Amino acid sequence: MVIGLEHYLIVAAIVFTLGVAGIILNRKNVIIILMSIELILLSVNINLVAFSAKLHDLTGQVFALFILTVAAAEAAIGLAILVTYFRNRRSIAVEDINMMKG
Amino acid sequence: METLQLALVHALPEVILAIGVIAMVLVGAFRGKPDDGPMSEIAVVLLGAALVAIVLKTPGVSGVVFDNAFVDDRFGDFMKALALIGSIVTLLMAGDFFRGEGINKFEFPILVVLATLGMMMLISANGLIALYLGLELMSLALYVTAALSRDDARASEAGLKYFVLGALSSGMLLYGASLLYGFSGNVSFAGIAAAIGDHPNVGVIFGLVFLFTGLAFKMSVVPFHMWTPDVYEGAPTPVTAFFASAPKMAAVAIATRVIYTAFPGATHQWQQIVIFMSIASMALGAFAAIKQDNIKRLMAYSSIGHMGFALVGLAAGTEEGVKGVLFYMAIYLVMTLGAFAAILSMRVNGKPVEKISDLSGLDNTNRPMALFIALLMVSLSGVPPLAGFFAKWYVFLAAVQANLFTLAVIGVLCSAVAAFYYWRIIKVMYFDDAAPAFDKPSLTLRAVLAVSAVSMLLYWVYPAPLVQAADSAAKSLF
Repeated sequence: MVIGLEHYLIVAAIVFTLGVAGIILNRKNVIIILMSIELILLSVNINLVAFSAKLHDLTGQVFALFILTVAAAEAAIGLAILVTYFRNRRSIAVEDINMMKG
Repeated sequence: METLQLALVHALPEVILAIGVIAMVLVGAFRGKPDDGPMSEIAVVLLGAALVAIVLKTPGVSGVVFDNAFVDDRFGDFMKALALIGSIVTLLMAGDFFRGEGINKFEFPILVVLATLGMMMLISANGLIALYLGLELMSLALYVTAALSRDDARASEAGLKYFVLGALSSGMLLYGASLLYGFSGNVSFAGIAAAIGDHPNVGVIFGLVFLFTGLAFKMSVVPFHMWTPDVYEGAPTPVTAFFASAPKMAAVAIATRVIYTAFPGATHQWQQIVIFMSIASMALGAFAAIKQDNIKRLMAYSSIGHMGFALVGLAAGTEEGVKGVLFYMAIYLVMTLGAFAAILSMRVNGKPVEKISDLSGLDNTNRPMALFIALLMVSLSGVPPLAGFFAKWYVFLAAVQANLFTLAVIGVLCSAVAAFYYWRIIKVMYFDDAAPAFDKPSLTLRAVLAVSAVSMLLYWVYPAPLVQAADSAAKSLF
């Protein structure tokens, strides 16, 4: 079997869906949400690199490198906010994030 | 290939902010004190310098630099000036509040300047990579400011919610960007427009939808508004004022630019999305705000509704529509800053209060403040001859000219419903029994409130400068 562009796109779409589902369905732990965010960003990278190879154009790979860099910064900030949240509430369960409603 | 000099001249305001903010980080680190000291003033001077650089720029000079990533035009100048005004006024109003709460850290002015730099890069973005980097520079700084008051459980919850939903929206935007790149083979907006022509394929439409999802999160329009009320309520009030003003300008600007430079051939596709988001936002903004008793939450729903009205102009898809959007955002900025100056003035015995009932009988305790708030509320609800009316007039006019009658009628009805909760605040201030009097607000807050209320009242006397600026800015996009 020849592995073509569409296979990469399907894998990326599955990983992306898993990431979004992980954020929406998960009721347990905020860390899992951070992992799901990474999944989403990585699925985008698979897409970009696959398109870049298919189109013989380097821009997609440059884009992927930028995304990797920003994803690291994003994870750092997310963890920092999570630490302040944990210090105030002594819990990182998703169902406890409910002080404000309506 | 342009020379580096030319590129730097076109990006002068951004260069000023970028160098300045690095210097601010160094000053903050080497001072060795956690308090803000002169940092706010330095930040205001920097942002002011960038604003002067934009205003004094030779008119009519525009250009695309940095390998098609950055565009410098009148449209960008207009929105950048609005974003800078939002940031400057927020910083001026924030100092006293943060000192009162004991959270006057030097990081806040730095983060505001960083976020503003991100907004300006976003407004000038001319390709998907530049769009993403500008958006993230803005968002990452905003996540931190939301959780700035780190010993406050509500603020850190607001920061966490904002971060999770913001990161999800960036992910969706990126997925859309990757599809657009793959199916058009291009990351610059003009290249995408040329590649899709008049017949966008399915891949491009998917990409367009995901890209819009991400942008809708940042504009906080329905159905991607969930974070707005919680973040507005939980974040410290000056931060809320910032969220409601400057980032909105950048998000609306980039949505407009993407629509008109990357998708002129897909009008039918994006128009449906924009019309739906516009109607849903106007309706939710009008109905959900009615039962709120926290004024910051009320302003959150109010801003969702106002974004819906701005999208009416965008949905029209004409130059008149863009002009209406620009005009709406300018008026919205002034009204919002004035409203938040009023909310920041709501302090009893040194403690901030934020219930609507705390405004009871304000007419007896502080007559000028009650009058100014009343003017702002009337303007927010869109009653002539105040400026809020003209803002709505231009967007509805553009919608009617584009034959979007249903949209315009629904918009007018929603605006009538929304008037109820704005007018309720006036009723509370003038006819309810007096609540404890507020402390005397600082000179800055009084000045911002007075200037914004009076400019709403007297706008119709001399409307020409704003109309002309919006006109030439809208023209540069076509």
